[in-house]
Amino acid sequence: MKIVVASGKGGTGKTTVSANLAYALARRGGVTLVDCDVEEPNLHLFFPGESEEKGVPVPVPAIDPERCTLCGECGHFCRYGALTVLKDRVLFFAELCHSCGGCLLVCPSGAVTEVGREVGVVNTSHPLPGLTLVSGVMHEGEVLAPKVVAAAKEAAGEEGRIVYDASPGVACPVIETLEGSDFCILVTESTPFGLHDLDLAVRAAAALGVPAGVVINRSDGEDETALTFCSEHDLPVLMTIPFDRGVAAVQNRGGLIARDLPGWEERFAELWVEVARRCEVRA
Amino acid sequence: MIVCITAKGEGAEAAVEPRFGRAPYFIFADTDAGTFVSVKNELVDAAGGVGPRSAQVLVDHGATVLLTGQLGGNAATALKAAGIKVYSFGNAATVAQALEDYTQGDLSEIL
Ligand code: SF4
Ligand code: SF4
Repeated sequence: MKIVVASGKGGTGKTTVSANLAYALARRGGVTLVDCDVEEPNLHLFFPGESEEKGVPVPVPAIDPERCTLCGECGHFCRYGALTVLKDRVLFFAELCHSCGGCLLVCPSGAVTEVGREVGVVNTSHPLPGLTLVSGVMHEGEVLAPKVVAAAKEAAGEEGRIVYDASPGVACPVIETLEGSDFCILVTESTPFGLHDLDLAVRAAAALGVPAGVVINRSDGEDETALTFCSEHDLPVLMTIPFDRGVAAVQNRGGLIARDLPGWEERFAELWVEVARRCEVRA
Repeated sequence: MIVCITAKGEGAEAAVEPRFGRAPYFIFADTDAGTFVSVKNELVDAAGGVGPRSAQVLVDHGATVLLTGQLGGNAATALKAAGIKVYSFGNAATVAQALEDYTQGDLSEIL
């Protein structure tokens, strides 16, 4: 079963939920945790360990000056501005290229071939018994986050329990993360702010046919706004994490409540059971 | 010589536009013939790569000089590689005035 932990915006505690859930599952038969926030992966901070690195190459064009007639076709085709055809050569801006392969197709002279270019890496580690951590890391200045997300998901495989930690927001990398997943846990705070962003995330999941539920984080006990939103959108509230001193203290020092506070490991395990039950109901 | 000026509208009397890649119009002035050709910039709302794509438009129109306000890094690389000289039009308000200032040698070269 593959589930995504997402949030409409950053800072809602999405990573906390993924890390604690993974910890609880690692103690119960194993889990693969995938950091899909490739622009700023941080799950390895909770689970340090030796990792194995693999490059993520994407195809980019290489132009043979012997064959190129400087006809201009490729430059006019490329909607990303990665190719500029000058009077004496073709300029290629690698960091603008989206690897669509179009220039190869439109070149009438067969001057374009594809070569690989690394836009990021995927790190795999086994920081705890039962836990495999896969982190996608995009190289600085690159634009192809979805490719790195896809590579991380591929490295994690399809077997067993898989938790994808999505990047904040609802941009392309999140869509890539949601694709093919069985369920989406949306983490929100109990403030009225952020419900707009949550709404976008709910719609994205719905559009991809991924059922969703909500975890309310940092709850002060007055969650009416969030609860109303959930009932209006037919979203189950799967778990509520209170904003109390004990929880805050563990989180402030970068700890895991599932490991450091009594009772929380069980509660995160129950969260998974609840999600699994809902996936089955659907199937 | 063909001089390109970034503008908010069409023709020699149009107001200049300080942005290069997202300028609404490129005005190509042929200084020998004394003519102006206005080209609508299709990239105003494009997501990215507007700098090099705009540079391509200049190359296609045979411009060797660009008068504009500001430039992004990729645009600068492309224009430089294309051998197009870039000047800041400073205080000029219209296309005609910017061109006049350029011919008088009053503009500062930014690339
Ligand atoms: S592969 Fe696509 S995006 Fe990359 S240079 Fe070619 S046309 Fe442009
Ligand atoms: S389409 Fe092919 S021949 Fe034409 S400019 Fe591009 S690489 Fe050269």
